[in-house]
Amino acid sequence: MSEYIEHDRAGKSVGQVEKKFYTFAESSEKMVLENGTHFGPITLAYETCGKLNSDRTNVILVLHALTGDSHMAGVYSEEDAKPGWWDIMIGPGKGIDTDRFFVVCSNIVGGCMGSTGPSSLNPEKGKPYGMDFPVLTIGDMVRAQKELMDHLGITKLLSVIGGSLGGMQVLEWSVRYPEMVRSAIPLATTTKHSALAIAFNEVARQAIMADPNWCNGDYYSGKKPDMGLAVARMIGHITYLSDESMRQKFGRRLQDQSDFSYGFNADFQVESYLRYQGSKFVERFDANSFLYITKAADYFDLEQQHGRGSIVQAFSGVPAKFLVVSFTSDWLYPTYQSKTMVKAMKKNGIDVSFCEIEANCGHDAFLLPNERLTRLISGFLEGVFNDIGR
Amino acid sequence: MISEGENTRYDLRIIASWIKPESRVLGLGCGEGELLYFLKTKKQVKETGIEIKEERVRTCIEKGLSVLQGDINEEILDYPPDYFDYVILSQTLQQVFEPESLICSMMKIGKQAIVSFPNFCHWRIRMQLLFSGHVPVTKELPYEWYNTPNIRVLSINDFRRFVERLNFRILKEAAIVLRDMNQNGDIVTTYPNLFASYGIFMIGKQKFI
Repeated sequence: MSEYIEHDRAGKSVGQVEKKFYTFAESSEKMVLENGTHFGPITLAYETCGKLNSDRTNVILVLHALTGDSHMAGVYSEEDAKPGWWDIMIGPGKGIDTDRFFVVCSNIVGGCMGSTGPSSLNPEKGKPYGMDFPVLTIGDMVRAQKELMDHLGITKLLSVIGGSLGGMQVLEWSVRYPEMVRSAIPLATTTKHSALAIAFNEVARQAIMADPNWCNGDYYSGKKPDMGLAVARMIGHITYLSDESMRQKFGRRLQDQSDFSYGFNADFQVESYLRYQGSKFVERFDANSFLYITKAADYFDLEQQHGRGSIVQAFSGVPAKFLVVSFTSDWLYPTYQSKTMVKAMKKNGIDVSFCEIEANCGHDAFLLPNERLTRLISGFLEGVFNDIGR
Repeated sequence: MISEGENTRYDLRIIASWIKPESRVLGLGCGEGELLYFLKTKKQVKETGIEIKEERVRTCIEKGLSVLQGDINEEILDYPPDYFDYVILSQTLQQVFEPESLICSMMKIGKQAIVSFPNFCHWRIRMQLLFSGHVPVTKELPYEWYNTPNIRVLSINDFRRFVERLNFRILKEAAIVLRDMNQNGDIVTTYPNLFASYGIFMIGKQKFI
């Protein structure tokens, strides 16, 4: 996902938020990962907005995408100019209304924004894990989040909401913990990566691993594989846009010049944009985390993991109510992938709504200010919240 | 009984009066969800709608209705047999490309189907055809030949014959005229095929011979 963070123009914000931490799976009770490894301790960084009601029925779990973090909304301090990544959606009176709902978001395990990941200290070796970090799955990430919910005393989730890799976690939550999830909103996501999506991820990973500074993942005491990570990010950005949005945003326009330089500088605006996005990204993201998380996304296959190869079987016995949303110009997770999951839900008699929103900005559409998406989400949540009052 | 003056179209209130509370209902081509919302709030049904236009789908979901964006001919195929108590096709039959297969699909996933449509043999239409020399344009069918979405023209008698040919049973029927901006109306009992502007039918499973 991109860094489209805009302050709500109405100025409504959840205000100051605090990053908190929860550590579990310590020495005696390590978590058994899907690949069989016993792993721990695990720390999750998380944030909350809004107030938990007395009967604990107003909890919404927000799941972030590939490069997101627990900082979904609000600011860390009054001087903090940059609000959380989904500040346009989460806040008082917004799509996910913090006046009514208690919203939780945690950084995924494997990440680099406060949760345990490859850049965290390996207590057994006294240095960062690097490639000693186990290869995780979306299922492992969700099981870690479940530990956090247990710790917070939350047994029911009014809704789980997320886009892209966050949407995969939404799907995983709804089939893995059906008794906990009342409703789910998977946005711009898929039940399994297409060859196209895996291919882009692989090129991005190869860019990182081909960087001489990568040093087989053991770079934390020296120079980092910034160039590789920047290229990986540039590839990602291409997949988040669309032909149309790139045509509108850049066309063939040149950057600060009227003619070609006849060299290999960033002549075109699109080149300059990608280089800028790449260089910004390396300041905040760990290259190894990028490898691990993209691999988890590639491994994700809801029908194999939960339905013995059948997508219909995967959703059997799921009681949650769904709102599935796709975007017309998303070529990373095209609408047909959302329709596949909707079809399987219908065959199971699941209460599902589906909307394909017309948007020309590609996969990133779910993160951009979009009144249509905001109203869809708020209307759906209101319906679900009213249903439990019945 | 159909109470007067409520804020919902008369034909929709007739359909609603046929539906048992707390049943499971599918609305095909549900538009902005007027009927489904009425049924959900007044009859506590479990509703699902299918609608092709994004804007209308969003309006429905914002109201808290469960609605899928898609083509009714395709979306109808994914449900288990007899999943719905009622499958409703309100004012859409005249736009359906393959009515026979759609009605059969409706009867497969629903225990009953409810179908309503404008009656193309209303006397005004007959008069226009006879005297004006033009293809009729009426309040109920307000389009010109070149822009009409209505590709099927049928009468109440035609539909009855169609249902018989498919061997389904007509369980209920109402021939109506609308007035007061469609808010109210009357049941037509005398020569309905001539005097009613709309027909509404509830049909049940095939007769066993």
